[in-house]
Amino acid sequence: MEDLLRILSEVKPGVDFTKEDDLIESGILDSLSIIQLVTKISDEFDVEITPLDLVPENFKSAETIYEMIQNAED
Amino acid sequence: MKNITEYLEQTAKNFPDKTAFRDENSDLTYSQLVMKAKSIGTALAGLERKNVAVAVYMNKTPMCAAAMLGVAYSGNFYIVVDSKMPVERIKNMFGVVEPVAVVTEDGLADNIKELGINAEVFICDEISGQKPDENKLLEIRRRMIDTDPLYCLFTSGSTGVPKGTVVSHRNVIAYTDWVIEAFDINENTVFGSQTPFYFSMSVTDFFSTIRTGAELVIIPKKYFSFPIKLIQYMNDNKVNTIYWVPSALCIVANLDLFKYTKPEYLEKVLFAGEVMPTKQLNYWINNFPELFYANLFGPTETTDICTYYVVNRHFEDGTSLPIGNACNNCDVMVVNDKGKECTDSEEGELYVRGSFLAYGYYNNPERTSSAFVQNPLNNAYPEFVYKTGDIVKYNEYGELIYCGRKDFQIKHMGYRIELGEIENGAAAADGVSVNACIYDAAEDSIVMIYEGKAKKEDLFDALKKRVPEYMMPNRIIKISSMPYNSNGKIDRVWLRNNFKTIE
Repeated sequence: MEDLLRILSEVKPGVDFTKEDDLIESGILDSLSIIQLVTKISDEFDVEITPLDLVPENFKSAETIYEMIQNAED
Repeated sequence: MKNITEYLEQTAKNFPDKTAFRDENSDLTYSQLVMKAKSIGTALAGLERKNVAVAVYMNKTPMCAAAMLGVAYSGNFYIVVDSKMPVERIKNMFGVVEPVAVVTEDGLADNIKELGINAEVFICDEISGQKPDENKLLEIRRRMIDTDPLYCLFTSGSTGVPKGTVVSHRNVIAYTDWVIEAFDINENTVFGSQTPFYFSMSVTDFFSTIRTGAELVIIPKKYFSFPIKLIQYMNDNKVNTIYWVPSALCIVANLDLFKYTKPEYLEKVLFAGEVMPTKQLNYWINNFPELFYANLFGPTETTDICTYYVVNRHFEDGTSLPIGNACNNCDVMVVNDKGKECTDSEEGELYVRGSFLAYGYYNNPERTSSAFVQNPLNNAYPEFVYKTGDIVKYNEYGELIYCGRKDFQIKHMGYRIELGEIENGAAAADGVSVNACIYDAAEDSIVMIYEGKAKKEDLFDALKKRVPEYMMPNRIIKISSMPYNSNGKIDRVWLRNNFKTIE
């Protein structure tokens, strides 16, 4: 989880990702930053995030992103 | 017909109940669109002004389209200001054109106070419900001529002050004549619109839609991060024609999206705005060989496009796609440093002449006179041409090839180098999803910045196979996420200023 929070703060500095629970609607994660985020996650966690994982529900909060990574690891 | 609103009314007569503009939450039929645009036009006509700027400060919705057309009804020209644009940039734009009024929507009106400008503010929902004053609007149109401005569109000036290109009804009518003919746009066309209304590419789908009775479906920006939903949305709305920036097409290719979902109605894939890498284009073509693909090329100053190439043969990954030949009713020439037309495959600057040409930059005579000049090949009578600043040459097929920007052409160790050629080479390397090459003049070094899984050494080796030694980057930087500007193009200015701190 800490790795993820670090990646998130690299993509969007200055946001407290432990508190935010709607990253999409709030506009914190825009379209390009999600693609960037996914590239970083795939690299650093060595998991394959497929387009099927790219749904708004998976990007609501740091927690849901983390769940998505764990599912991808399985 | 001389005025774009006349074309709109003609379409509305032919297809009153057909949808003109649609987004996720709303839509307007042609008869509703005309009604709303006339109402907005009537309210703005109350200002009793002519050929002055009116800002449309709204989200990209069908109502925003009505507001833009409403400004045209009032006899003035619009500038579109995006709701997410930084305040400083808006102030700069307003400083250039000094809009007399702002049409906006609930939720954005408060932001206008921050701008501290002296313009009347209209809430679109309030004025679009009023009864139009048909007589007044007809009187305004009768006095207008086709060379009156329709909109002013801003491009980023390298100096920091944005340049506002003034485009007339005549320009848009001449330009869309070509669009409609070249791509067979008609009432069965359904555009999936990706580009913002403040970007010249949107002129193509926006105005060819209202001239033909096509439908323009606004794709919410967020779908480009949720591509499965993007395709679903396109299928739900039966989108059959797209005109996107290459970055958007590359997202699809880089994710191997067609393994999971497929567009069902798509027929035409048009792109412009930056170089389309052939690796990603081939991904599209391999998946959908039967579709129509065309590479469009041109600046805001020629309304949107001046040359185009319909993809009709195979291109190896990493080779460059031609920009083709001049559009119908548009002429281009390749001119060398001596002001003479280039011969054979000599490289030169692309000049454009004809009715697509804008009138210049608002309130900026210096920049206007340096870019819009007397045709150097014609001394007999006054004739303006636009100097694009793009370096091009003809290939063996008689098609134009884009070599790079005049300001990207660098001299390095005595060689004239197009950074675009190095970018093409890098784009073909495995594990490189996007790349940009910049030149650090202070240190006379070529810097390659890329995003992707490839290791630097691998990219270096791949480049060695494709470009001559003197073009090899002096430095290769891996970036986790390429920066993009608000139009979705790679932000080269940022890269030039910040590449040293990336690693």
